[in-house]
Amino acid sequence: MKIGLLINEGPYQHQATDTAYLFAKAALAKGHEIDRIFFYHDGVNNSSSLTEPPQDDRNIVERWSKMAEEHNVDLVVCVAAALRRGIKDENLAAGFRISGLGQLIEAGIQADRLVTFGD
Amino acid sequence: MNETTGGIAMDDESEGTIKKFMYINRKAPYGTVYALEALEVVLIAAAFDQDVSMVFCDDGVYQIVKGQHTKFIDVKNFSPTYRALEGYDVEKLYVSKESMDERGLAEDDLLVDVEIVDNAKMADLMEDQDVVLSF
Amino acid sequence: MLHTVNKSPFDRNSLESCLKQSKDGSAILFIEDGVYGALANTKYSDMVKEAMKSRKMYALFPDIEARGMQDKVIDGIKMIDYEGFVDLVVEKNAVQSWL
Repeated sequence: MKIGLLINEGPYQHQATDTAYLFAKAALAKGHEIDRIFFYHDGVNNSSSLTEPPQDDRNIVERWSKMAEEHNVDLVVCVAAALRRGIKDENLAAGFRISGLGQLIEAGIQADRLVTFGD
Repeated sequence: MNETTGGIAMDDESEGTIKKFMYINRKAPYGTVYALEALEVVLIAAAFDQDVSMVFCDDGVYQIVKGQHTKFIDVKNFSPTYRALEGYDVEKLYVSKESMDERGLAEDDLLVDVEIVDNAKMADLMEDQDVVLSF
Repeated sequence: MLHTVNKSPFDRNSLESCLKQSKDGSAILFIEDGVYGALANTKYSDMVKEAMKSRKMYALFPDIEARGMQDKVIDGIKMIDYEGFVDLVVEKNAVQSWL
């Protein structure tokens, strides 16, 4: 089944992004397709390549990049929300792309399920 | 490249599919950005010719009360935009009766025409959707 | 329909709103801080038990265990892992997240 995700919270602040990641990982392991993950509100901060967590903590940004590479997951960051929060192409982590809100609606149309993770 | 739809050509595989999208607003405006950014989603969604409905419940009902003046908090007053939704063919606005009652609000307090529904009706509407986005 | 609740009922009214606006036969999954709503002997336990008569309730075990609540969950609430969460999403027609 095709599943799309909407992530509305930033990394490290709220558990939403961890839950979304573990959900996506489990879905992929079960053979489902994660069609697209759309990052909105503070969720756009999941895509900052400037993120440097302490060594003993999980690297949330790299985790997404790796998932995108290994499973061909489309990681889309909302352009309006990103620009408001200082996320631009020059500090965008690997595997992410910046685009419009239309990508979220499209995910809702094309995926069999759309699941929201937020606060 | 179409700015509104995020570069999506409207003749791709999404054409022809009409799904029921519900946008549920449960948070008050200004204190957090959710109300504003949810409204931005709905305005974009209107370009996709889907079946769109909006729900206001819990503190979300405060998004559509009359008399919002934001000059002195230095934030844009986006409440007039709810009145423009009709022009985008977003006409199904549902408000929770219980949320209104709990807050001492009446239909007269709202700046836009809505349908006020009880919990059972709200549950029915929700169950009928293909996609539910909650803010 | 699947409803997820991720807020403690002591903090926000998400659980209450969910219970009031969900239909008989729907599934409710407690995740993140929402798992505090799945506990026995709290002021919300009776409300949850009442709703369990007509809805299926699940709790995300990794979140329960992380918070040290594994011995306090209401009997009859099914513990699931992330795989179970995925199965619920697939099984139900749509998901509403009560944030």
